[in-house]
Formats: sequence, C-alpha cells, structure tokens
Amino acid sequence: MTDKTILSVTAIKEGTVIDHIPAKSLFKVISILELDKLNAQMTFGTNFISKKLGRKALIKISNKFFKDEEIDKIALVAPEAKLNIIKDYQVVEKREVEVPDTITGIVKCMNPNCVTNNENVITRFNVISKKEVALKCCYCEKITDQEHLKII
Amino acid sequence: MKNKSLISINDYTPDELLKIINLAEEFEKNPIQDILKGKVIATLFFEPSTRTRLSFESAVNRLGGRIIGFTDASSSSVKKGESLRDTIKTVSNYCDLIVMRHPLDGSARFASEVANVPVINAGDGANQHPTQCLLDLYSIKKTQGTLENLNISLVGDLKYGRTVHSLLMAMSNFNPTFNFISPNELKIPDEYKLFLDNKGIKYYEHTDFSDIISRADIIYMTRIQKERFSDPIEYEKVKNSYVLHNDMLKNTKNNLKILHPLPRVNEISEDVDKNEKAYYFTQALNGVYTRQAIISSILGLK
Ligand SMILES: [Zn+2]
Repeated sequence: MTDKTILSVTAIKEGTVIDHIPAKSLFKVISILELDKLNAQMTFGTNFISKKLGRKALIKISNKFFKDEEIDKIALVAPEAKLNIIKDYQVVEKREVEVPDTITGIVKCMNPNCVTNNENVITRFNVISKKEVALKCCYCEKITDQEHLKII
Repeated sequence: MKNKSLISINDYTPDELLKIINLAEEFEKNPIQDILKGKVIATLFFEPSTRTRLSFESAVNRLGGRIIGFTDASSSSVKKGESLRDTIKTVSNYCDLIVMRHPLDGSARFASEVANVPVINAGDGANQHPTQCLLDLYSIKKTQGTLENLNISLVGDLKYGRTVHSLLMAMSNFNPTFNFISPNELKIPDEYKLFLDNKGIKYYEHTDFSDIISRADIIYMTRIQKERFSDPIEYEKVKNSYVLHNDMLKNTKNNLKILHPLPRVNEISEDVDKNEKAYYFTQALNGVYTRQAIISSILGLK
C-alpha cells in the first residue's frame, strides 16, 4: 500500500497528518501530544512498511493544527516525522520537526539521584546536541543521551 | 550579583569570580565588621557537613549576622516527610538568605526557584559545591599572585571529584595548563576533555604520579575512595600510588603550593605538613573570607 492509498482510506477534510513516525514510538507521540485528552476525530495507523524506517506509524487528526513548539517535542522520539497540513482535502503545507533548544517535562532525567526523580519537580533540559540527542539537566547538570532517553 | 543565587560555579562570569576573590582579600584584611547586623541567614544542612557549616557560620558571625537552621535532616520536619519545596518556602519567610546542603543532585537549583530569597549552594549531592571552588580560586590567586597561565596538576579521583570538575571549569577562564594524574579507572571524564579542547586549553593525562609535578605551580590532591572501584583488587593496586610524600617535592618549583579540599585520609603523608609548600590548612581558613565575600555580595552590602 502506498502513502496515497492510506491517506485516501480515511482522508480528512481539515487537520494534520503526522507521517513517518517509527512504529515503536507511536504511543510515545500520542502521549507527548496528549492526544488522549483531545476531543477531535483521530485515526492511528501502525506497522506500515517503510523503506526508510522499517515499520512506521501515522496519525491523522481532524481540525487540529499544532503550534511549532507543541509539535517539535515529538522530534525526541520521531526525528524523521513529517507533518502534512490539510485544508479542504488538499495538502497545503509540509513540515519537518526539529528538536527544540529546551525541553520542559516529557523526558525523565537519567540520574537516579537527581532532585527531579525524588521530589515533585518538573524536569527541564537544555538540548546540547540535536543530531544524537543529548540533554543537559538544568537541575543536576548531568547529561541524558539518546540511549537513556525515557519519556515520562 | 545582588540577589542572585550561587548554585553552580558556572553561574558566575570570569569578572564576577574575580570580584569575589578581590572582596575576599578585603575581608582577610578586615574580617570583623558589622555589616550583617539585623540580617538572618538560614543554614539548612539536610546532610551533615560540619566543616562547611562551621565555615559559613563563622563567616556570618564575624560580620554580625544571626543564624537559624538545622544541622541534619533527622532533627527537622524533613523527617516527618515534608517536601523540599515546602521546607524552602517556609524558611524563606524567616530569613534574608539561605545556605543549603542537600544530598540530592540539583536540589539547590530547585530551592533557588522556589525560595523568595537568594540561595547559596553548600553542596548538592555529587553535583556542585561552588563556595569550595571560589575558596580554591582565592587560595590560588593569593599564593601565585595571579590566576593567569598557571600549571596545575590535579591528582587522584578525577572522575567523581566534583571539586576537581568545578576548579577545571573555573580555571579554564585563565589559560591554565593541566596535568591530570589518576588511575585509569578514575580518569577525567570525556565531557571535560571536550570542554577543554573547545576552549583550546592544554592538558596532559598521566597514570604515573612522577616528575611531572616539577613544573607545577599548584598541586591539587583529592581522595581516592574504595567504593569508587568495581573491583576491590584494582583499588588495592592503586591506593598507595597516588600518595604525596615530602621527598617527592625536592625538585618542585619554589612557588608551588599543595591544595586539598580536606578531609584527607592518607593521600598526603603527614611529613608534607611542615613543608612550606603545604597550603591545605590555610586554604580552609580562606574559606571563611571567601564566604564572607559571597554572602555580602549577594546581599548587596559590598
Ligand atoms: Zn537531573
């Protein structure tokens, strides 16, 4: 099945399609974007075969348009994700996601002795590398790398 | 710097570091002043550290300030399960400044975000201990006359030693040459080497504690702790290889001074103590002047 036919199965009139999500990250993306709290019509598809990603997932959300800072958070788990903005069944804009400079919440600090893992504190990181993601905790100053990155 | 918390040594610019050092010099000449009269300083020690606490309290007392606080968490509401947020929020109503020591990394930064008075970090877990770093800088400046272009040997546990990491970051503003002397298991972490590479600062790594110290202006000794080794046999092999003895100082420079954050175990043999190059006890005294400088600068009194 090609991307086009998937899109046509449940085409949306207005909204956002997020494509090229690694299949294993689908539920993380749902949680980061808090889609479970959203009242919109949504379609989730997963385990489509992709040459680039192996197995990929996609999300279609009707009547929802994300702000850059909202959507860029998913770059942590889906760096290759592509956004299609749909108006009147047409793709009017395509966007890629970029890891933001700072990340508040979402990620757990990998240092077990960090105050954020022991008191009720929202995590905050400065992004010191975007390609191989590396996050420096604003509290304990330790680095959480891609390999140890856990979504809260 | 007024009202600005001191949490990490990286919070201060090179100019601010120098300002504190110059101020410490002033306090050394005139350590008893009444400038903290009417001020209340809270010393919150969630884990005991007698040495650091006494140094802070001596600094405050000599400037006429008052102290409230606790010396370990077991005697406070913390034991009853109060959150750090609540403790800090409450205490910051009672004082002009909080000095805090806490076993969790990052606790001091968090406290500074919650408190409505400035916070001085007196050690947050394995993370930062900026007043120790500033007193090290003051000791270096005082004994060498400058912070610029010095040859500094750092010896012992360079992997976990937070004083070493802070000193390295702070001194890197002043074009030093570093010699790192440590067992393989406790080598300086890559992130610090990367930091020095980016700044273009020269450094050399050694596993032998040898002639290299003949070029040093400063030898900074640290403790090697058994619990840092995954293999106890490795510890036994290296534990006596990083001990400074008096006879090793024969060919060293006249201006050399030996520093140690204290307490020492056996890494500096006692025969070094009477050598005029031994500076670690004076270094501890310098902590009082440095802390006077930090407190009065944050309270906007100097
Ligand atoms: Zn942390």
